[in-house]
Amino acid sequence: MTAIRSTCPYCGVGCGVLLAPDGTGGLQVTGDPDHPANKGRLCSKGSALADTLGLDGRLLAPRIEGQDTDWDTALDLVAARFSETIKTHGPDSVAFYASGQMLTEDYYVANKFMKGFVGTGNIDTNSRLCMDSTVAGHKRAFGTDTVPGTYEDLDEADLVVLVGSNLAWCHPILYQRVLAAKAARGTRIVVIDPRRTASCDGADLHLPLAIGSDVALFNRLLVAIVEAGALDPAYLDRVEGLEEAFAAARADSTDPTGLTPDLIRHFCDLWIGTARVVTVFSQGVNQSSSGTDKVNAILNCHLATGRIGRPGMGPFSVTGQPNAMGGREVGGLANTLACHLDIENPAHRAAVAHFWDAPRLATRPGLKAVEMFRAVAGGRIKALWIMHTNPAATLPEADGVRAAIAACDFTVVSDVTAATDTARLADVLLPAAAWAEKNGTVTNSDRTISRQRAALTPPGLARPDWWHIAEVARRLGYGRAFDYHGPPEIFREHAALSGIAGGFGRDFDISGLADLSDSAYATLPPTRWPVAAKRGGRFFADGGSFHADAKMRMVPVTWRAPAAKHTPRFPFRLNTGRVRDHWHTMTRTGRSARLSAHLAEPFVEIHPQDAAALHVAPDTLVELTAPTGRAILRATVTDAVQPGTFFAPIHWTAEMAPSGRIDALVAGATDPISGQPECKAAVCAARPYPAAWYGFAVSAAPLAPTCGYWAVARSAGGWRAELAGTDSPVDWEQAARTLFDLPEAEAQVLSDPARGVTRLAFREGGRLAAALFVGPRPLGLMRDYLTTLPDTDTLTGRAPADRPDPGPTLCSCFGIGVNTILAACAAAAALGRGLTSRGMTDTLVLTTARRQKDGALADVPRLAKRGTELAIYMGVSTAADLAADLVASGMSPDTRVEVVADASKRGETVLRTTLGTMALAIREAEISGCALILVTNPTAADVSALRVAS
Amino acid sequence: MEKLVVIGAGMASGRLLEHLFEADPDRFEVTLFNAEPRGNYNRIMLSPVLSGEKSYAEIVTHDDDWYAAHNVTCRFGEAVERIDRHRRVVVGVNGEVSYDRLVIATGSAPFIVPCPGHDLDGVIAYRDLDDTNRMIDTAPGSRAVVIGGGLLGLEAAAGLRLRGMEVTVLHLAGHLMERQLDPAAGYLLSADLERRGIAVMTEASTRCIQGTDAVEAVELENGTVLPADLVVMAVGIRPAVALAREAGLTVNRAIEVDAQMQTSDPHILAVGECVEFAGQLFGLVAPLYDQAKVLAATLLGEPAAFAPKQLSTKLKVTGCDLFSAGDFAEGPGREDIVFRDPARGIYKRLVVEDDRLVGAVMYGDTADGNWFFGLIKDGTDVAEMRETLIFGPAYQGGAAQDPMAAVAALPADAEICG
Repeated sequence: MTAIRSTCPYCGVGCGVLLAPDGTGGLQVTGDPDHPANKGRLCSKGSALADTLGLDGRLLAPRIEGQDTDWDTALDLVAARFSETIKTHGPDSVAFYASGQMLTEDYYVANKFMKGFVGTGNIDTNSRLCMDSTVAGHKRAFGTDTVPGTYEDLDEADLVVLVGSNLAWCHPILYQRVLAAKAARGTRIVVIDPRRTASCDGADLHLPLAIGSDVALFNRLLVAIVEAGALDPAYLDRVEGLEEAFAAARADSTDPTGLTPDLIRHFCDLWIGTARVVTVFSQGVNQSSSGTDKVNAILNCHLATGRIGRPGMGPFSVTGQPNAMGGREVGGLANTLACHLDIENPAHRAAVAHFWDAPRLATRPGLKAVEMFRAVAGGRIKALWIMHTNPAATLPEADGVRAAIAACDFTVVSDVTAATDTARLADVLLPAAAWAEKNGTVTNSDRTISRQRAALTPPGLARPDWWHIAEVARRLGYGRAFDYHGPPEIFREHAALSGIAGGFGRDFDISGLADLSDSAYATLPPTRWPVAAKRGGRFFADGGSFHADAKMRMVPVTWRAPAAKHTPRFPFRLNTGRVRDHWHTMTRTGRSARLSAHLAEPFVEIHPQDAAALHVAPDTLVELTAPTGRAILRATVTDAVQPGTFFAPIHWTAEMAPSGRIDALVAGATDPISGQPECKAAVCAARPYPAAWYGFAVSAAPLAPTCGYWAVARSAGGWRAELAGTDSPVDWEQAARTLFDLPEAEAQVLSDPARGVTRLAFREGGRLAAALFVGPRPLGLMRDYLTTLPDTDTLTGRAPADRPDPGPTLCSCFGIGVNTILAACAAAAALGRGLTSRGMTDTLVLTTARRQKDGALADVPRLAKRGTELAIYMGVSTAADLAADLVASGMSPDTRVEVVADASKRGETVLRTTLGTMALAIREAEISGCALILVTNPTAADVSALRVAS
Repeated sequence: MEKLVVIGAGMASGRLLEHLFEADPDRFEVTLFNAEPRGNYNRIMLSPVLSGEKSYAEIVTHDDDWYAAHNVTCRFGEAVERIDRHRRVVVGVNGEVSYDRLVIATGSAPFIVPCPGHDLDGVIAYRDLDDTNRMIDTAPGSRAVVIGGGLLGLEAAAGLRLRGMEVTVLHLAGHLMERQLDPAAGYLLSADLERRGIAVMTEASTRCIQGTDAVEAVELENGTVLPADLVVMAVGIRPAVALAREAGLTVNRAIEVDAQMQTSDPHILAVGECVEFAGQLFGLVAPLYDQAKVLAATLLGEPAAFAPKQLSTKLKVTGCDLFSAGDFAEGPGREDIVFRDPARGIYKRLVVEDDRLVGAVMYGDTADGNWFFGLIKDGTDVAEMRETLIFGPAYQGGAAQDPMAAVAALPADAEICG
């Protein structure tokens, strides 16, 4: 079967994927080589998409108060309650909270329903948390929310400045494009981030500025631009506000940045001296009480130099969600109307009301996300519809938001699962089609509209989101306006409306697609907007803007400290963000064992100085307290964060780690213009969590811990959990039986009470069902091995001494552990050459050979066919089996093999042998334990060229 | 030639003679008394003989030819009446023999519970070949009660069961082998024995043995009456010290010897289960062999000193794999590490004191017994390997656990792709 072209549902890069159904409900997911965003590449999350499918945990039928029901009953109830509430309390007493993961078509219908027919501006979205400061900054400068550049600018830039963006982890494919540019043309990379992130690995310069001080830094850059005479007078002819912006910038100080003048000067010189500069910015800029000013501080510099809209230059906002841009286009924000039209503009309103034939179009902006849930808490919003997002976990003051939703008179949640912090609070749950089951479009960070195509049938009673909304609208009497037959029809309507926007001189105009046939929609290739008179390309190269006077605006901005102030009670600044292998609240990535292996629990990065002062030992647990909540997190002691600041990930929820709900600690301070909350500058206190015991559990079945700290994750064999508590149970065996719900299973027990050590393994039907390891300190266990639920010697916590410990997974795409990589690197050094010889070997396969439960060696022969050079980290006791397997899979017994034992350690041994004689040679050399075995396939590589002269 | 008289032809004195003859075959003229009408055999292997896994011939250490070859005057089956230290003669039933040096190796005698009926026919101990043969000869299908659920009693019970008898083990304590095992392991052992058809009654105190001429039943304090054709007493042993005491040697619980195995009489030495050294008695073969070696040196005029070592034992009941070594009494500073796997019938207990292993008990899987025994004897510091200690040598060394691997969280700079 031919693969179906679709789009990855994670970040805003918008990578194309090929979906090949396996016929059993699964998919093979690969990168689409023809998609302009990724050209075939996928990051760890995209590569693992297939892992996240499957029906466990899926919501398959509507539910009212926890009871399954049919669609009519559920929709009738939703319609009745909304209608009743609107009638009694007015349209502003209801609200819709949407998501940047919705498809444009779904989003369009939601926005039309609320603003046009319910008649309220109360539709906002989780994109408010993501890039609304960018929207506001764009509008202040350009008159519209326009991303000026394209991804090609990253390929063509000579300098890429990453501001508040850990591009390496959050937008890996873009980061790879930047690295490719670095290799191809020497593009320099500057990272401006309070943390030393993974993005710094490839950077030429890192400016570890103080949290929230970006405005001060870019103000200084603007002053330096002026002082250096780098202004572009021709461009500035069509720009207003240079003098005011410069005056404000000059009045500002760089002190708040905490950076040395030399470092700042170096950065300014680099920026000013490099015409082709792209300033990429993301949540570090947006999620701030001065986010809009930060955006304008950056835009000011690009406008002042005219470095915008031309190849390899421009400000570039990268979005965190697959369709944040689509949401902005349809007007799915409380303060926008539709198609980049303004809700405050009567002419725009009249045109849209006419186009929709809307009876009561909203006349003013509605409540933005944080305000919306305050209104829910205050009882002003009495009926709430939440679609595909998890505000009970992700909004600031998350505990308060959770309580507010729970207390709301009527809450509807449309989602694919009932197992989210938010869905658990719903009065009515509506089962939605999931990513691979939906049809529609998404827009990525560079304005490219890509089709998302269904490769699977929605299971059970699951239906697409637009259908949920249209059915409720129909029941409210708006059937005619919502009589859609499917996404193509909605798309055409949206495109037609954008033509009206174009008529008002707005940027978003895709009216060229308004007549797209169903079949053309079906095959629509990735298309960058606009699609009207102007097609695709960049904006603003020649000046001009979407303001009434067609002039750009430079905006005077002044640094402001983050809203939350340090106090003696809350002396630390808490930064939050993403990790590499998880996304949002893990409803998808949390289902993948591969992705969960990288970071299986929430953590907090603490500077060594602070850790010492707080008496926090590495790997112990830390309790963070803020005025609005608390969290317990694993301490990662690292100088990647600055003294006095912490970093914690945003992903964990009550489903996976109830004490990891980090947004409970974030205060609800927002940017005064964008309404975007300040998620990266909370204040908190910290102390060691007084753990009496630490635990690690593996289980074939889901497990339900109740102890003071727990974090569960998927694993190869089922589930894993990190646990801790302040009191030890009297009877560990009983406690474990309850934890695993295994009242009758055979138990195996190790106890060392003097050391507070207990280990328990439970077997059912001769197989390991679960195991629990308890100790007084963080546990040193071979977790990766244990998560396979090994049948024998479980309680040792480790593989026998002659079996390799691959170590924590670093590469989640191929499941390669750090020890394997270290052994390979050391072995290469011992052989006096690189592991691969570029130009001769095109692939290196790095793996760990372990005997499977059936006795066979895992996958090695299969891997042998993939690569020309095999590096296998393994216990040498299985060397003979490996050789036999490889010969059986077609390799010659004469294939050259090098065996490196104890590389880079005392007793380093190097054997040069062949596949046929390898086992004998190992025995004769008396090598035991683990070794790295390098097999060079002579059919593909010139062996003699590789041979080491020794 | 020096005249050497040895009383007792057990394993300790047998080993002594081997050392002497090997060192200097012509130095001593040896007279060897033995109460049993036979020479030295491997008493430890009586259980396999009882169970039928070995024959007597297979466990003989020194046969007639060996004694002849070394000119040993064998006075087997002849009781020694007394020792006349003044005249330096040993008086046997069949006459006396003078000595230059005398070695007392009388071993021990089984302890017989002095309850009414203990002297009835059919009440036996489990000490020598005669006892063993008596058990073997008791017809299959008859009923045996073994009093005492220690090592010896259980081996007897298992052997009797293999010989087709109905066997009940009575044990005074709450669980079997209470000195070696804790209740959990004792339970495993009971279950194993019951599986092989041996009834086990714990907290069973014998009131009397019923019978007119021969044993008919055992009556317990709780009134239970167990019909029996054979009663085996296996409740312990007592050093056989009557001769020594009568001879006026210093005897405490046993014959006191110094580190050269010298008794209070410079011409008399002692070895084996009948000796007491530094307040300690000896019942297992390993220290007896050590003593024999020291004693041989003393007799040869060479310097040597006996120093007790840690001991290990194994229960020789096929299918009941039990190993214990060292000291596992509870006490301040003593820390237990326990592994239990009831489904597979495995129990292990290690006793640690000051980061050193001092005791080990294993049931069901004793493969690592000798490794543990080595750690005990060598006083190895086990602090570093404590976490995996109980899993044996296969889990020592190898890939070290990186403390950073203790938790899932990797530092942000641990980035390889992206």
